[in-house]
Amino acid sequence: MVSQALLPENDPIRPGGSTPIGITVDGKPATGLTGQTIAAIMMAEGRLSWRRSSVAGEPRGLFCGIGICFDCLVVVNGERDVRACQRRAVSGDAIEFQHDELPGVAG
Amino acid sequence: MTQVLVIGAGPAGLAAATAASALGADVTVLDSSYDLGGQYWRHLPSTRPTASEGILLHGFERFRELRERLENDSQVRILTLSQVWAIDRNPDTRNAGDSSVGDRWRVHVLQGVPDGHDRLALTIIPDAIVFATGAHDRTLPFTGWQLPGVFSAGAAQALAKGERVAVGSRVVVSGAGPFLLPVAASLVQAGAKVLGVYEASTISRLASGWLPRPWQLLGAPGKAAELVGYVGNHLRNRIPYRTGRAVIAAEGDGRVERVVVARLDANWAPIVGTTRTIEADAVCIGHGFTPRLELPIAVGCALSAERFVAVDHRQATSSPGVYAAGEITGIGGVDAALAEGSIAGHSAAGGSDDEAAMSRQRRLRAASTRFAARIEAAHGIRPGWSQWLTPDTLICRCEEVSYGRLCDTSAHTGSAGLRSLKLSTRAGLGICQGRVCGRTVEDLLGRLAAGGLIDTTSTDRRPIVSPIRLGELAGGTVLPPAPPPPGNTEERE
Ligand SMILES: Cc1cc2nc3c(=O)[nH]c(=O)nc-3n(C[C@H](O)[C@H](O)[C@H](O)COP(=O)(O)OP(=O)(O)OC[C@H]3O[C@@H](n4cnc5c(N)ncnc54)[C@H](O)[C@@H]3O)c2cc1C
Ligand code: FES
Repeated sequence: MVSQALLPENDPIRPGGSTPIGITVDGKPATGLTGQTIAAIMMAEGRLSWRRSSVAGEPRGLFCGIGICFDCLVVVNGERDVRACQRRAVSGDAIEFQHDELPGVAG
Repeated sequence: MTQVLVIGAGPAGLAAATAASALGADVTVLDSSYDLGGQYWRHLPSTRPTASEGILLHGFERFRELRERLENDSQVRILTLSQVWAIDRNPDTRNAGDSSVGDRWRVHVLQGVPDGHDRLALTIIPDAIVFATGAHDRTLPFTGWQLPGVFSAGAAQALAKGERVAVGSRVVVSGAGPFLLPVAASLVQAGAKVLGVYEASTISRLASGWLPRPWQLLGAPGKAAELVGYVGNHLRNRIPYRTGRAVIAAEGDGRVERVVVARLDANWAPIVGTTRTIEADAVCIGHGFTPRLELPIAVGCALSAERFVAVDHRQATSSPGVYAAGEITGIGGVDAALAEGSIAGHSAAGGSDDEAAMSRQRRLRAASTRFAARIEAAHGIRPGWSQWLTPDTLICRCEEVSYGRLCDTSAHTGSAGLRSLKLSTRAGLGICQGRVCGRTVEDLLGRLAAGGLIDTTSTDRRPIVSPIRLGELAGGTVLPPAPPPPGNTEERE
């Protein structure tokens, strides 16, 4: 196991109740908690990468974690270019991976 | 009544909104996140209640008080999930020609879930603006830093505090500055094993930064107690804290499996023959912070020599009616952000200079500013780091531009123009708009160009602050200035 969620029973902050939600990631079911970001749900399962870079096709996942780097983009319910570290999952979300060219900017 | 818009709801923005409302201003405070608190007070969503979250967050009580006061203040409108994507001049400015009041600015906002396709376009036209947009990690590149398992230090912190997810199980922390300590502490509290914290600065530089005037450190009371807390955590968990060392490469098949650590000289150049390989599945890096300057630049705020927003003793920027506070004016930590925010909010609401409450805030700010100067003296980036680069090291992660390509292009074109070099290499032109690599690209190209770079095109300039979807550009409701009547809490979380 690499990245992982801390089990509530081991957490010194003593978590109270939280509601599980189900989503699909690349077609397979995944479970998270209400309020978790899509990236956190994937990383809690030990997944470190989900995108391939545009030029070399190398695996990428979360890097900055705060919406700055755009390395974590996913497709959410058919909508491309969503930052997985910023968007909280909603029950039933279908997450797919995107591997094609990213939009660039001029300047 | 003065309409004050506070952009950013971290410690600086929350303090600014509180102070502006205390003077009777109508305040709108907005943030792109789901919740208030910014980076420092990042916390679990309200859907995940806990018995004692406060042990993860220094000054959490202070945060809860600030938030509660603002939420119950009928003069304050809180807009979360609200991203400012551009600011421009109001075409029908009523102050036209009156330079003492300045321009009125139109602030363009998209409200809705991050990167959603059906966000609501809003336009706000305030009398005064307080920028409190904070900073993001500065991360120096090294070979293999694009591998999954390499994270910014802030990412590790955000996932630990905001999600209770540890970015790895065997983690190395590397970079420079006191921020590495809370990152290591958060990782341990999220269940990771921290194998070591590698601070690039050598012990002699740290000593000259921290030791000559220890009373200055004590003058920033919160920070001193906090640092002792972190050090205590290190001792209890036996995390090695090694100075004059850095992770100079990450290796593995499709993800981090090992990192290479080298000793550095006082200039941060790796010392030959000192490398050591450590089995790890994650590495967290942070070499200080880069302020989020694009909005202040859009309204013409002058920058300081150190490239923060320049402010006077009232936190006023060079652009009339525009104030700034927190990490965008200098890296001073939470105490500085709170004091600066209070002063900025007070000034933006038209408060006078000589009120007693402000002299206390000014003392707090001065102590924190000294703290910031000492951090820079002890931990500021030294030029020798570029010696750990190889021709294959990626510099720009988005466009996948290597150090070798930067060197070749610079040599072949002989160009000293930052803009033209960026266009020919594509470095810094990817979707992150150079936020991650911009300053590194400037630094490296500046050294490669014989007499330095000739143009002053700064990589901090970004007229469109965040990507927007086609269609979102159209339309836009102008937000009425007055806050909603009490009882209307629709816009709150
Ligand atoms: C990921 C991260 C974690 C950190 N953790 C710690 C820590 O644990 N301890 C510590 O001492 N320091 C930490 N820091 C340093 C931290 O920046 C300061 O201590 C403190 O948070 C600064 O307060 P601030 O109010 O200036 O900015 P911030 O707290 O960064 O708040 C700025 C706010 O502005 C919002 N914003 C920015 N641009 C826009 C826009 N265009 N539209 C709408 N909203 C916008 C952001 O969403 C953010 O909430 C961290 C920094 C980072 C980047
Ligand atoms: S990880 Fe950087 S934007 Fe999501």
